[in-house]
Amino acid sequence: MENILNHIGIENYLFLSVILFCIGVFGVLYRRNAIIVFMSIEIMLNAVNLLFVAFSTYHQDAEGQVFVFFSMAVAAAEVAVGLAILVAIFRNIGSIDIANLKNLKG
Amino acid sequence: MNTLIAVSGLGIFCLLAEIINLRKAIVPVSVVALLAILGLTVSEFNHPSSWYYNMIVVSNFSVAFSSLFIVLTVFLILMSGDYYKDKPSKFSDFIAIKIFLLAGAIAMVSFGNLSMFFIGIEILSIALYILAGSERLSLLSNEAGMKYFLLGSFASGFILFGICLVYGATGYFDVAEIYELSQGAGLPIWFYFGITMMLIGMLFKIAAAPFHFWAPDVYEGSPTLVTATMSTLAKVVAVATLYKLVTGLNKEMPYSFEIALLAVAILTMFVGNLLALRQENIKRMMAFSGISHAGFMLLALLSLTTAAGTLFYYTAAYALAGIAAFAVITAVTKNKETQNVADFNGLGKRHPILAAILTMSLLSMAGIPIFAGFFAKFSLFTQTIEAGYLIAVIVGVVNSIISIGYYFKLILAMYNKEADDEVASVSWVYTLVAVVAIALNIGMGIYPSCMMDLLK
Repeated sequence: MENILNHIGIENYLFLSVILFCIGVFGVLYRRNAIIVFMSIEIMLNAVNLLFVAFSTYHQDAEGQVFVFFSMAVAAAEVAVGLAILVAIFRNIGSIDIANLKNLKG
Repeated sequence: MNTLIAVSGLGIFCLLAEIINLRKAIVPVSVVALLAILGLTVSEFNHPSSWYYNMIVVSNFSVAFSSLFIVLTVFLILMSGDYYKDKPSKFSDFIAIKIFLLAGAIAMVSFGNLSMFFIGIEILSIALYILAGSERLSLLSNEAGMKYFLLGSFASGFILFGICLVYGATGYFDVAEIYELSQGAGLPIWFYFGITMMLIGMLFKIAAAPFHFWAPDVYEGSPTLVTATMSTLAKVVAVATLYKLVTGLNKEMPYSFEIALLAVAILTMFVGNLLALRQENIKRMMAFSGISHAGFMLLALLSLTTAAGTLFYYTAAYALAGIAAFAVITAVTKNKETQNVADFNGLGKRHPILAAILTMSLLSMAGIPIFAGFFAKFSLFTQTIEAGYLIAVIVGVVNSIISIGYYFKLILAMYNKEADDEVASVSWVYTLVAVVAIALNIGMGIYPSCMMDLLK
């Protein structure tokens, strides 16, 4: 199979990942619903995974693809902890709106 | 490497001990085992080696910092024994999470490959998210856990993107290979973007201004012992990792990076100290104090090639003083709703020993002679002047003076005000930890050269 990267170009993958990453960043910064914020963090991490795979093909090197497995496993562990904290919050205040978390300031 | 395996094994033992009903043995066994691991680690000093295709590189730097982390973990686990006494069913989990946190910390200072760096940083962070939100029924702890989780994983995303761009530019994850390639010209511009994003992510983790805003909230909301973990162990780990990362990836930082770091360090010192002046909550005050100390530690990055010894001394002095201070704070505020400065009124009469230790540790943080904090600041400033950044030193001295303002607020409350409640008994564990930690700090202050010259 011909290497498809030669036709598309690595830059386009880079731009796509940067756009996805920025979507994730703005989602974290501007959305108030905790679940949506979690999804935005996942978009950030998955944008990076996409770029890892693209670079791995670009360099003809399998290390990048192996790293994707690490980062997927880590992301899963991270979100599991996050959801557990979210459940604790929901049991205490009955809402998952992060605008309610304003008890700590000064 | 052996250290990392032994620490992970100890963590698994703690989880198993719960199943086979050895809950009472967990604290003594893990403390003894950690001391044994400390001996094992120290024996690797001056025997550099690398493991598993350079995944883990044992150097004098990693051995010295791993030993410091193990000592800090021993103190924290000793205090956990009393702190979690009323939650027996979760006891082994808390201890195991702390030990796994140590495993992540050791991986972070001995990485030879960026994947190991990422995994280490995540092990440490995930353990801290759990600990920050560990008081399930307290709304403040929930909030702290959530905020820490959101901003921590946000920062992890930046670090991951940075790693990805560096990989894209060089084709390697191996730090030594990247170091070789970074000498030559012709790297794509992504490389510098990648390094910058990794630096931003790490600045989030060490809570340097302008990425510090999560720290005070998280420190205030978390259970006090967890705050102690964050402000001593986690901060020292993050700073050491940042140093190792910067020295590992480039031989000399570009001038623009140095100026940016200088600006961040100065801003961090001022933000931390000025905002600490108006805090009533002591955990919040220590959070801002920690932010300002992060600024001081960043100064070490301005003279990269020679700073390892000074950075080690500074972090050890700061962390030991922090452990002593937090042992007293934990003991005093243990069964109280609030942790305000007013809770320390009259401590000098109620518990003269605890008050004296807290005073000494605050003096060490402020940088008064005899204590290690003074010599740490002194050698850091000397080195920064030699690197040609006089302005940073002037700002540092001004900030040390400002910091005396809020440290003395607490000291005055302890000695000059009357107590408004009766004497509460304090477990001997806290006193023991505080005395040993401050004794080590003073010992370091009397013989500064024995630690400063370790990493020459």
